[in-house]
Amino acid sequence: MRVEALFLLFLGVFFGIVGIVYWFWSYEDGGGMMLLGTSLLGFLPGGYYFFWHKRFHGKRVFFWGKSTGAGDRPSDRDDATLSEGAGVIEAFPGSSIWPFVLGMGAFLTVLSMVFGVWLIFLGVPLILTALVGVTAESRRGGHI
Amino acid sequence: MTDVIAPGTTETEAPGLHLPPETDGHGPSGTDGHEEHGHEAHGPTGILKWLTSTDHKVIGMSYMITSLVMFYLAGIMAMFIRLQLTTPHASLLTFGQYNQLFTMHGSLMLYLFAGPFAFGGLANFVVPLQVGAPDMAFPRLNALSYWLYLTGSITMLMGFLVAGGAASFGWVGYAPLSSATSSPGAGGDLWIMAIALTGFSAIFTGVNLVATIFYLRAPGLTMFRMPIFTWNMLVTAILILIAFPVLTSAMIMLFCDRHFGTHIYTAVGCHAVSGAAIQGCGSPLLWQNLFWFFGHPEVYILALPFFGIVTEVLPVFSRKPSFGYKGMVFATMAIAALSTGVWAHHMFTTGAVLLPFFSFLSLLIAVPTGIKFFNWIGTMWRGHLRFDTPMLFCIGFLFAFLMGGVTGIMLASPPIDFATHDTYFVVAHFHQVLFGTAVFAGFAGLYYWYPKFYGRMLRENLGKWHFWLMFVGFWVTFMPQYVVGLLGMPRRVASYPSNLGWESYNIVSTVGAFIIAFSFLLLLINLVVSWRNPVPAGNNPWDAHTLEWFTTSPPPHHNYTHLPPIRSERPTWDYNHPDNLTVPHGKDAVHVKERVPVG
Repeated sequence: MRVEALFLLFLGVFFGIVGIVYWFWSYEDGGGMMLLGTSLLGFLPGGYYFFWHKRFHGKRVFFWGKSTGAGDRPSDRDDATLSEGAGVIEAFPGSSIWPFVLGMGAFLTVLSMVFGVWLIFLGVPLILTALVGVTAESRRGGHI
Repeated sequence: MTDVIAPGTTETEAPGLHLPPETDGHGPSGTDGHEEHGHEAHGPTGILKWLTSTDHKVIGMSYMITSLVMFYLAGIMAMFIRLQLTTPHASLLTFGQYNQLFTMHGSLMLYLFAGPFAFGGLANFVVPLQVGAPDMAFPRLNALSYWLYLTGSITMLMGFLVAGGAASFGWVGYAPLSSATSSPGAGGDLWIMAIALTGFSAIFTGVNLVATIFYLRAPGLTMFRMPIFTWNMLVTAILILIAFPVLTSAMIMLFCDRHFGTHIYTAVGCHAVSGAAIQGCGSPLLWQNLFWFFGHPEVYILALPFFGIVTEVLPVFSRKPSFGYKGMVFATMAIAALSTGVWAHHMFTTGAVLLPFFSFLSLLIAVPTGIKFFNWIGTMWRGHLRFDTPMLFCIGFLFAFLMGGVTGIMLASPPIDFATHDTYFVVAHFHQVLFGTAVFAGFAGLYYWYPKFYGRMLRENLGKWHFWLMFVGFWVTFMPQYVVGLLGMPRRVASYPSNLGWESYNIVSTVGAFIIAFSFLLLLINLVVSWRNPVPAGNNPWDAHTLEWFTTSPPPHHNYTHLPPIRSERPTWDYNHPDNLTVPHGKDAVHVKERVPVG
C-alpha cells in the first residue's frame, strides 16, 4: 500500500501547489476550482490507502521506520513467495446478462433525451430490472 | 455462474508442475497448451457468450474489434476530406457535408478509436495477465463499460441518419457554435449523448484498472516490478478519472443550454453590478476551459498507453531489459501531472489566459518526454536487434512522435502559436502526435500481442509491407500540411482559392493519404490470411519477458493455472533463462542471491 498511497498523495500535493499558484497568479475561477478538485481527487483515495498502510504497519511513522503491524501484502513485498498468495482471491462471475441489460437501458434512456420521452418507458424499466438482477446475482454468487 | 479463484503456485506444487509440455523452448508451454486450455468450453457459447461474458479477454477483444471498425469508418471519412481538398473550389462535398465529415472523423478517431482501443481493448486484455490476475477487479462493471461504449458509438453514428445530419461543429464542440441556435437538429444532441455514454464507460474502465492493479497483483509483483505497460495504464486510468468527469458534466451542461433554457455557455442575461463588474451570464470561454481541462489530458490518455506498448516491445526485440525502468515510470507520472496543468495552451489566442503559466508548464513536458526518448534509445543501444513487424512499427513511432513532439514545443510558445493557430500547421502537428502514437504504436501492439490473443501469427511479409507503406504515406501526407499551414491555409475549410499556392501541397498530401489507406487494406488481408490459414504461434513466439507470455495462447479462462516466481520485472524471461537472470534494480538487489528458478 505504500507506493499506492505515496503515488496518490503526491498527486494531491502537486495539484494543490499548482492550483494555489495558479489561483493567486490568475484569479481565474474555473481553472482554480478544477485544479483544487483534482488535488482532492489525489488526497481522498491517497488518504484511504495511507490509512490502510498504517493499519498494516502499526505505529510506523508515515512511510518509514520499523513496522509494528502485520506488514505488507504479498504483492507489496519483494521477497514474497507465490504460496503466500494461495487461497481464495475473489469470486469472479463467469458470465452475466445484467451488464448488457443495464447498457441497453442506459442507451434507450439517453435516446429518449433526443427522440422523445416515450423511450424512457422502455429504458428505465430495463435499468431497474438490471440493478435488481445484478444485486441479487452478486448476493447469491451466481446466475439468477 | 461465479468462479471462486484459488490459483496453484509453482513453488508449492513443484516439482510436479501441472504445466503443459514445453514445445517451443520459450515459455513453459507450447501449442499443446493452447489446445488444452485455450478452447475449453466455459459458460454460454456463440452470440450469448458475447452478450453475457464478463471475461476480460472477451471484453477486450470486443473493444478492439469495435474500435477498429470505428477507425476504418473514420479513415473513410478522412479520404473524402482529402479528396475534397485536393483541388481548389472542389465540389465533391457540400460545405455542410464537409463540416459533418471532419467533425465525425475527429470524434470517431479520438473518442471511439484511439482511447477505447488502448484502455478498453489492449489494457483490458493485457493488464490482468501482466499482473497475474484471473480477471479485472469488477468483471460486471467491465462488461457494462463495453456496452456503454458500443451504444455510445452507435448513438454518435446515428447522427448521419437524422434530419439535418450529424454534428458539424468540430470534435471540440466550441460554444456558441454548438448551441441550438447555431447547430440545431438531433445530430448535435446525439453527439453530446454519445460522449456522455462513452464518458461513463471510460470512467468505469478507469476505476476497474486502478482496482485491478492495486488489489490483484500476484505475490512478489511489487509496484516497481510491474511491466511499464501496466504502469502506463495505471497512470492513464488516473488521468481518465481526472479528465472524463469534467467532460461528461460539461456535455450535460451543453445539453441543458441547448434544450432547457440555461445560458451556461452563452453571454445572455448579463447585468452590471458595482460599476464595471458583470454578473449573471454565462461564458463561451467556460466551455473552452472545461473542454480543454479534459482535452489536453486526453492527448496523454491517448498517448501514454502507446508509450507503454513501445516500452514493452523495444526490450523484447532488442533482447535487453528496458533501460532506465524507474526513470520511465517517473517520466510517465511527470508527463501525466504536467499535462493536467496545461489545458489553456489551446486557448492562447483568446487573450484571456495566463500565458507564462501555461507556456512554461507546456514546455516543461518536453523534459520527461525527452527522458523517455533517451531511455528508448538506451534500450536499443548495443542490443541484439530483431526487426520483426512490431519493432518496425515502434521505430516508426519514434520518428513520427519526435516530429510531432518538436512541433508541439514550438506551439507551446505563444508567439508561434499566435501565428499558426487554426492553420494546417496545427493539423499536421496534431496528426503526427496522434497518428504517431495511436496508429504506429497501436499497430506495434496489435502485431506484438496478436499471437497471445489467438495463438496464431500474423504474416511477417504482409506486416512489413503494411509498415513501410504506412511510414511513407505518413510523411507524404503530413509534411506538406506543415508547409501549407505556414503559407496560411486555415483548418476546417471545405474550399480554397486557386491563387494562393496551396494546391500542389494538397495534391501531395492526398496522394500520401491514399498510400496510408492502401496500407490499411494490407492489415485486413493479413487478418483474413491469418484466420483462414493459421500459423500456430506457441505461447511465447517473441521470447518475451513479461508475465502474460507465461500462460497459454490464447490464455485459458481465468488466465493462469500456475505462475512463475516473480523476482524482477521480467518473470517469464527469468523462468526461461535461468542462466541469464534479470539484474534487479534498487532495493531488489538484496534478493538476487535468493532467486532460484523453479523447473
